[in-house]
Amino acid sequence: MLLINSFLFCGFICMMSQIILDNTKLTPGHITSMLVVIGAFLDSFNIYDKIIKLVGGGALVPITSFGHSLAHGAILKTNQYGLVGLLMGMFDLTASGITAAIIFSFIFTLIFKPRN
Amino acid sequence: MKNIKYEIIANKYKPKEKKLKNIIVSFIVGGIIGLIGEAIIELICHYTKISRIDASTYMIIILIFIASLSTALGFFDKLVTKFKCGILIPITGFAHSMTSSALEYKNEGFIYGIGSNIFKLAGSVILYGIVSAYFFSIIRYLLGGI
Repeated sequence: MLLINSFLFCGFICMMSQIILDNTKLTPGHITSMLVVIGAFLDSFNIYDKIIKLVGGGALVPITSFGHSLAHGAILKTNQYGLVGLLMGMFDLTASGITAAIIFSFIFTLIFKPRN
Repeated sequence: MKNIKYEIIANKYKPKEKKLKNIIVSFIVGGIIGLIGEAIIELICHYTKISRIDASTYMIIILIFIASLSTALGFFDKLVTKFKCGILIPITGFAHSMTSSALEYKNEGFIYGIGSNIFKLAGSVILYGIVSAYFFSIIRYLLGGI
């Protein structure tokens, strides 16, 4: 059941962004930034956590989950440190994704040659 | 006369059809990537003793690895022109933007080429993600709810 839900959810987000891309002058860069902001917003009121429970891995794949985990890591640290915790915990949950992207892209850039 | 009329009518319907096709393709491709993500999580949980939360981290790392590698090999760009948002909106698009901008400026050297251009496209995602997450979290903290 989670498999079908993740198919539908991830497909729905991609479909909506394709509709926005086709009908406005926004570039993919605008749309991904917009989706990250939406994901950060949905983390308040714990909406995104409920979506993850319902959908499973499909909710973690779109870029909205990036915004969600930024906000979620920040708010978790406030338990211990108060308002400063927002600064300390911002990257807690996304650190693996960002670091992996940096390391892999650097290594592959060293190995492979650019193609046109 | 008939031909001209026919062309006008045909042109009316041409872009719409393409748009509809784009929407369906991005829905199916995006859905398949989401399904692969969930499938990887379930496979990891099934064959090892790793918890579901840790497995989702591994899943994201695997997807980023595949996307970076296929960008460096050169066939990710062809997939982007075919599938568009279906493949750009999942986390694969984030890895693709970093690897492609790093490869593009490789010739300009390590510092001013790769170093200053690797975040050229992904930078906006990180910047607006952090700024918005910070302000939403401040509001949430001040309202007293976690």
